[in-house]
Amino acid sequence: MDDIKYATTIGLEIHLQISTRTKAFCSCENSFGREPNTSVCPVCLGMPGSLPVLNKEYLQRAIKTALALNCQIVGRMKFDRKNYFYPDLPKNYQISQYAMPLSRGGFLEIMTPAGIKRVGITRVHMEEDAGKLIHDEGGCFSLIDLNRAGAPLLEIVSEPDIFSPDEAHLYLRTLKSVLEYLDVSDCNMEQGSLRCDANISLMPAGKKGLGAKVELKNMNSFRAIRQALEYEQERQARVLSSGGVIIQQTRLWNEKKKITELMRTKEEAHDYRYFPDPDLNDFIIEQSMVRAIEGLLPEMPQVKMNRFIKEYSLSEYDARVLTADKHMADFMEQSVKLYPKPKVVANWLIGSIQAYLNERNMEFSQLHIGPGRLVEMIRLIDSGALSNNMAKDILQVMLLSGKSAGDIVKEKDLFQITDKSAIAALAVDVLQSNPKVKDDYLSGKKNALGFLVGQLMKKSQGKANPVAAGQALKALLEGKS
Amino acid sequence: MKIKRGDIKYVARLARIHLTGEEEELFSAQLNDVFSYMDKLQENDTVGVEPCVHIPSSSNVLRDDVPGQSLSSERALANAPEQSVGFFKVPKIIESNE
Amino acid sequence: MNNICGLSAYQLKELIGKNNIKAVDIASSIVRRHDEVDGRISGFVNFDKDAVIDRALCLDNLADMHDRGLALFKVPVVLKDNICVNGELTTCASGILQGFRPPYDATVAARLKSAGALLLGKSNMDEFAFGSSCETSYYGPTKNPYDLQRIPGGSSGGSAALVASDQTMLALGSDTGGSIRQPAALCGVVGLKPTYGRVSRYGLIAFGSSLDQPGPITKDVRDCAILLNVIAGHDKLDSTSADVPVPDYVQSLSGGVKGMRIGLPKEYFTQGLDSGIKVKIDAAISVYKSLGAIFKQISLPHTEYAVSVYYIIGCSEASSNLARFDGMQYGYRYQSPDGRCGLIEMCMRTRGKALGLEAKRRIILGTYSLSSGYYDAYYLKACKVRALIKSDFDKAFNECDMILTPTTPTPAFKIGEKIKDPLSMYLSDIFTIPSNLAGIPAISLPCGYSENGLPIGMQLMAGHFEEEKLLRAAYSYEQNASWNKVKPVL
Ligand SMILES: [Mg+2]
Ligand SMILES: [Zn+2]
Repeated sequence: MDDIKYATTIGLEIHLQISTRTKAFCSCENSFGREPNTSVCPVCLGMPGSLPVLNKEYLQRAIKTALALNCQIVGRMKFDRKNYFYPDLPKNYQISQYAMPLSRGGFLEIMTPAGIKRVGITRVHMEEDAGKLIHDEGGCFSLIDLNRAGAPLLEIVSEPDIFSPDEAHLYLRTLKSVLEYLDVSDCNMEQGSLRCDANISLMPAGKKGLGAKVELKNMNSFRAIRQALEYEQERQARVLSSGGVIIQQTRLWNEKKKITELMRTKEEAHDYRYFPDPDLNDFIIEQSMVRAIEGLLPEMPQVKMNRFIKEYSLSEYDARVLTADKHMADFMEQSVKLYPKPKVVANWLIGSIQAYLNERNMEFSQLHIGPGRLVEMIRLIDSGALSNNMAKDILQVMLLSGKSAGDIVKEKDLFQITDKSAIAALAVDVLQSNPKVKDDYLSGKKNALGFLVGQLMKKSQGKANPVAAGQALKALLEGKS
Repeated sequence: MKIKRGDIKYVARLARIHLTGEEEELFSAQLNDVFSYMDKLQENDTVGVEPCVHIPSSSNVLRDDVPGQSLSSERALANAPEQSVGFFKVPKIIESNE
Repeated sequence: MNNICGLSAYQLKELIGKNNIKAVDIASSIVRRHDEVDGRISGFVNFDKDAVIDRALCLDNLADMHDRGLALFKVPVVLKDNICVNGELTTCASGILQGFRPPYDATVAARLKSAGALLLGKSNMDEFAFGSSCETSYYGPTKNPYDLQRIPGGSSGGSAALVASDQTMLALGSDTGGSIRQPAALCGVVGLKPTYGRVSRYGLIAFGSSLDQPGPITKDVRDCAILLNVIAGHDKLDSTSADVPVPDYVQSLSGGVKGMRIGLPKEYFTQGLDSGIKVKIDAAISVYKSLGAIFKQISLPHTEYAVSVYYIIGCSEASSNLARFDGMQYGYRYQSPDGRCGLIEMCMRTRGKALGLEAKRRIILGTYSLSSGYYDAYYLKACKVRALIKSDFDKAFNECDMILTPTTPTPAFKIGEKIKDPLSMYLSDIFTIPSNLAGIPAISLPCGYSENGLPIGMQLMAGHFEEEKLLRAAYSYEQNASWNKVKPVL
């Protein structure tokens, strides 16, 4: 099987929950983590006779998102009914968009090791979410909570322009970064406000066309998506190499076993009977409205990166890392306002802070400290009260506890001793207890000073400022004080 | 076009309706009559005709994003055939024979 | 006080104004009338005497405060069983909604309540409004007050029979393909299907969402205007409700028809039209001529396709609208004998058992029309031909102000006569269906009786939001013909 190479093609389908105050088609609160079935009304319960009315804010955020993904917004859009039976879907149809969606034909640029790559976005469309089904393990019933039913979603469908699990991961990170900039969603995969299905197909390299599509579901993190795609890529290659065929199917990612498992094949696929929802008239989207929303779009990562390079004189690498995450970029900008040395701030963010987050698999938004805290710490270094190394240790405590550098230093009595008389007293002490080294220095062995400084630092338990210590010793030895 | 009993079976499954054998038989006969009557529709030349899916009484009907009254879970569940601790309770999907 | 029940809503309001009759006395009269006749008619599916008396007592208590201005204060009204009333049984005459009590009011119900109306209960109908005879009701058929062997029409047959038999002053029905006008015609009362969007559909349990309209069924044209005044108007809860100003329909009754151009579509006067009906329509035309109306023959060339278009679109929409009745959140749920049945099995058995034959047939028809491979040939084709039918009317209204036709091709048929033959049943709606497809208003009013004493209805249709024109023309005919004074012998 080693001699056959396969080309992989991946497409991704994102479902994004939009964080409006109310649901898509009724005025129930659109909030997470409430008691079951307390944010429901006749409309989202699918009670007979109830009718949907579209949330204006939802439409505006949908347009905003589609624009940021470079999509064409249509002049007239419709909602369709997607008909299928499932207990978390109270009407047994989903209000979605099929024939005339909000937008089509966008793209997203991702930065691959080989350079910038454009991934096509087929469409961004609006649809309502389903409720939650809780299975009683072992038992013979399920429980339904409809708080999420009717929550506003956007479906973002990519073209099959992605050629590796790594690229898929990169696409998702970039997409998430753009979505966070837009501030339309919480983008939280664990809470399900961002969900991703993938499809992947393999073809012998060099051949045209696409192989049979395998749809992957049930991945709950970006990492799981990459793992599932990697697993599937390998599995399909193995099947194909051994002369087997891949049939169109849907597979579920098993997070525990780290494998994909067959859910259903094409023959069992649904016949959704899409048709225009007669309860919702067409929506005419005026160009003036689109232009107005476009005018309100925030600065996107790419643009912000270029500005950071120019305004802050940062390297492209630094600027890219800082702007990839909106929360990090905001932190950077606020910090620079308080402390106008961008490179110093950038180094702390990209260095210690990024490392801290990576180690813990945390998002920047989960950081415990704000720009004020970081700047206070940097100022303590500038004043000589902290050494760089001390600052690094203190920063760890700050990140863990959220406390200020000043408080940590006070608690641990860590202030660097810069008080000249205190250091002079220590220097006297050191010279008295090391007469031999003192003599060496006086007889011309100037590097003996290093040893003496070390002794002084030891005596101060590391708190003395080493530069001040050297000066004090030198002054005593050379009789200048 | 001829509707076979198998078509009725497929469609009944899509519509999640259990039909008895008699009903399947009856419906395939009756719907054959109905559809052959309806096939007359094809006489109409509708090239370039925009389909009419609703009477446009108004367009761009939008609601402000302001929370309104929701039902208490008690009232939401009042009509439920079965419920448990604030949830609607339903049988589980049995994958094997369904 | 005994003949209160025979009054129109307008007459009752006048009487209340003069003698300050108590609501509880009105309610008692209604209850007595109900006990007297409904055993034979079966117009109600839910009539709770104690609740009616209680509601009347509440109105009487309210009376001390502020009341006189209320448009329907103390006036009895019946709602078709597909209109939601908060906390009241609302079942669409279906087995699958047994015990269902919606936690909210339909907008029309809320408006009646705030107009001070005395809500009596729910009237019988074809299951989910699927039918033209009331025979598909879970509760069994309602009988025509003029001949108890015959159907009252449908699907709002209960509402029409209750108005005709003086068991209520006013009733609401819903009309998807003639379900207000056809039973009104067959029971000798007035029924109006408003312009699509004129009356809110919020809380009307949907059959065909792009066709459904709630509307009045009344003893005469003036009552029809009175009731329409209360229920018409924009509703923020219904995205298809029209934000068009509502005129005072009672004000618009007078004015006559002098100079009005009335079209007679040739397609409506050929297809198996009963000769007795033809005679009565001709007589009505003569009356209009004597009142100064001008008649001209017109053509609505796509009429013959209307029934097909209607059944495809109506059933497609219904198949989706009725998918929610699955035994999960409300309504009937199938219990397997061994108690061990999976979800899909439960759902299929629930629907198989608790939906009636006609409901199942229409859901199958609609699902088929939308399913992959048939969508273009059926659903989409039907929507395109619907556009042609709509443009027939647009063209016609360039030539005339209004269109006059019979409401039904025959008077009321016998119970059981057509129930085994769905296609012939479907074809009996041929005259009423086109206005639903075009979304235009149409009214049916009595224009005489057949040789064996069965009511005959005439239909008037006008352009969108021209209910005023319809009511004015209907009222001037009624003033001259006075068919509204005829009552069934019960
Ligand atoms: Mg989707
Ligand atoms: Zn809701």
